Amino acid sequence: MINYIIRRLFYVFPVLLGVNVLTFVLFFVVNSPDDMARMQLGDKHVTQAAIDNWKQQRGYDLPLLWNGTETGVQHVSKTIFFEKSVGLFVFDFGLSDSGRDILADISQRMWPSLAIAIPSLIFGVLANITFALLLLFYRGSALEISGLFLCITLMSISGLFYIIIGQYFIGKLLVLTPISGYSPGLGAFKFILLPVFIGVVSGLGTGVRWYRTLFLEEAAKDYVKTAKAKGLSDLQVLFKHVLKNAMIPILTGIVVILPLLFMGSLITESFFGIPGLGSYTIDAINRQDFAIVRSMVFLGSFLYIIGLLMTDISYTLVDPRVRLE
Amino acid sequence: MLTLLWTDMAVFALVIGGMLAIWRISKKKHLRGPWSEVFNRPMGAISFTVILAFLLIGLLDSTRLRYHDVLPNGEVNEHASLLSVLDIMLTPLRLQTEKTYSKPFAHTAYAKEMSTDADDGVTRWLYPRLTYGGAHLANPSVDKKSDIFVKTIQGLGYGFLAWAVLFLMIKFLSKRTEFFQSKALKYSLLTTLGIFCLVGVFATLGPYYHILGTDKVGEDVLYQAIKSIRTGLVIGALTTIVMLPIAITLGLMAGFFRGWVDDVIQYLYTTLSSIPGVLLIAAAILMAQVYMANNPELFTTVEDRADMRLLLLCVILGMTSWTGLCRLLRAETLKIREMEYVVASRALGVERLTVLKRHVLPNVMHLVMITVVLDFSGLVLAEAVLSYINIGVDPSTYSWGNMINTSRLEMAREPIVWWPLTAAFVFMFTLVLAANLFADAVRDAFDPRSL
Repeated sequence: MINYIIRRLFYVFPVLLGVNVLTFVLFFVVNSPDDMARMQLGDKHVTQAAIDNWKQQRGYDLPLLWNGTETGVQHVSKTIFFEKSVGLFVFDFGLSDSGRDILADISQRMWPSLAIAIPSLIFGVLANITFALLLLFYRGSALEISGLFLCITLMSISGLFYIIIGQYFIGKLLVLTPISGYSPGLGAFKFILLPVFIGVVSGLGTGVRWYRTLFLEEAAKDYVKTAKAKGLSDLQVLFKHVLKNAMIPILTGIVVILPLLFMGSLITESFFGIPGLGSYTIDAINRQDFAIVRSMVFLGSFLYIIGLLMTDISYTLVDPRVRLE
Repeated sequence: MLTLLWTDMAVFALVIGGMLAIWRISKKKHLRGPWSEVFNRPMGAISFTVILAFLLIGLLDSTRLRYHDVLPNGEVNEHASLLSVLDIMLTPLRLQTEKTYSKPFAHTAYAKEMSTDADDGVTRWLYPRLTYGGAHLANPSVDKKSDIFVKTIQGLGYGFLAWAVLFLMIKFLSKRTEFFQSKALKYSLLTTLGIFCLVGVFATLGPYYHILGTDKVGEDVLYQAIKSIRTGLVIGALTTIVMLPIAITLGLMAGFFRGWVDDVIQYLYTTLSSIPGVLLIAAAILMAQVYMANNPELFTTVEDRADMRLLLLCVILGMTSWTGLCRLLRAETLKIREMEYVVASRALGVERLTVLKRHVLPNVMHLVMITVVLDFSGLVLAEAVLSYINIGVDPSTYSWGNMINTSRLEMAREPIVWWPLTAAFVFMFTLVLAANLFADAVRDAFDPRSL
């Protein structure tokens, strides 16, 4: 087990290196730092001196991959690739293009993101499972058909509409919750209600259908038939057999997204004015702050891979048949 | 003169490709079976007809010409502008722009302004009459309702007449071919009746009223919503075309050749799928923007720029979305390559590439088809989200995403401006719902595991 985890951790490294090379190519090779400077400074008649100054302030005045003017290790280390990309591996994100410490920003902003993401996930999964079980229980009835049609309808509505309509009706007309905003500590509660509610409702269509397929696959298995033949009631079979065994794919499916909860949701956070990592990313995209976007890409990939690793491990924990070699 | 933009050409290439695919499918019995099952379901036939209507509009909007406009006052514009056939058909909607917001079917503006009252000639604060909306009425407050009613009935009549002609033509043909007696056609014809009536009503009311109101700069919202159809379709369809060859080639190779080929391809898709999709798209679009800003000589007109960005968005979305299908195909190929008929043909000395083409590819085609229809609706929805973050289509391109983006702030106005958002919602919802229902029918018919 320990061996397996260590070997998998070694596999993480080349993937992250690949991510780094890709972002490096996207950000520095497709366009030179000069292009970026000109875009940031905004003016078509920028002087070369202004560009050089911008580049020097942000450390973009080095060669890309090979520094001929230095000696020894510094041939490689005094380059943009080394200084801007390799540092990411030890979570040294450096300064954003506007001069703020990215790591400090991230560690401060991940808490509001989690405050939205964790309750959304918990209530979302609970709601999805409940409705999926209901559909399964009333299988073959008109209720199931209309329920499935409702799922497709919910799926066909863009997430943006859920937020806009929710903000309008719940926030503006009924004045049940504030429309947007955030305050740290316990005061956050009233600001979290609406985004969590909308997050749960907007995920319902896809979620219920997904869990229903899982349950249906489980319900088609032989042991379910046996249980029914023994005379167990539908409810008993549903909760004691189907739900219990379907928990394996459900749990592992949740584990894989757990690390990504830190990243927050781009759309929800920016609509509700929540100072989390999602809105941080969006602001960076809109301000064209390349340093932040690059850091978030790296962080996102890292968390995704950690999620994959955790899934593998959780398989062995919940299902004794699976052995990791 | 016909002048096509890059995406137009891609759209036409796609249509020709699609027709070839349909022709090939109709020759193969094992594919024809499930497909006819798809169309014989009420939901399959109805949703396909709706999608077809959207496709037709998209095609009309992709056929572009240099055209001299006839302005509402009867003069001919001497500068030819690049317009699509759809633009020309919608000329009244396109050119009858008001000053600013107006409600659906309104004859007066949304806000009061200082103007001269037509009744007594005194200047005071009042809702001024619109230049075009309801301008043909002498006394709108009295005869507007009856006028709308009469025109609606007229429109329904025209729609029904057009449909009756189509119906009779099909009836005439149905004596000869077996296809025309199918159940599929019945549902499809019923849906067509609905669509024809709707088009008829829009066509009779459109020149006289702003059916869905006007937006901030006075442009007809119905026109914007119709124009957005093409953007949605292009994003949904072109992306798939970019993604398919990569996913199929790499997926089959990884599963069939295994060894280091498999390792490399697995590494590729793990790396790519580990990057959060939106961020990768954002990074690519940001870089493209920098490139366009520094090379303005390559993109001379606004249309060129917007079109390039749309094409680029499709390519980027395609490059980031092939991993799912690739993984699926790899797993399926791993299973198929151990099948006895594959082993047998290998033992008989058939080339590996031939085996791949003859035995493996046809057996994974159902997965490809299911994925294509499933992904389509997701892509249409994704466009709206991306446009909201400003990394979607160009702000000058008509798209539902851009409509939602601008109308978001209008919800906070007093009185609230709800119609642009509603229009975008209704159009987008119809297309996505039809696509989802169609995808469901396709999956039910093709997926052996579906219950």
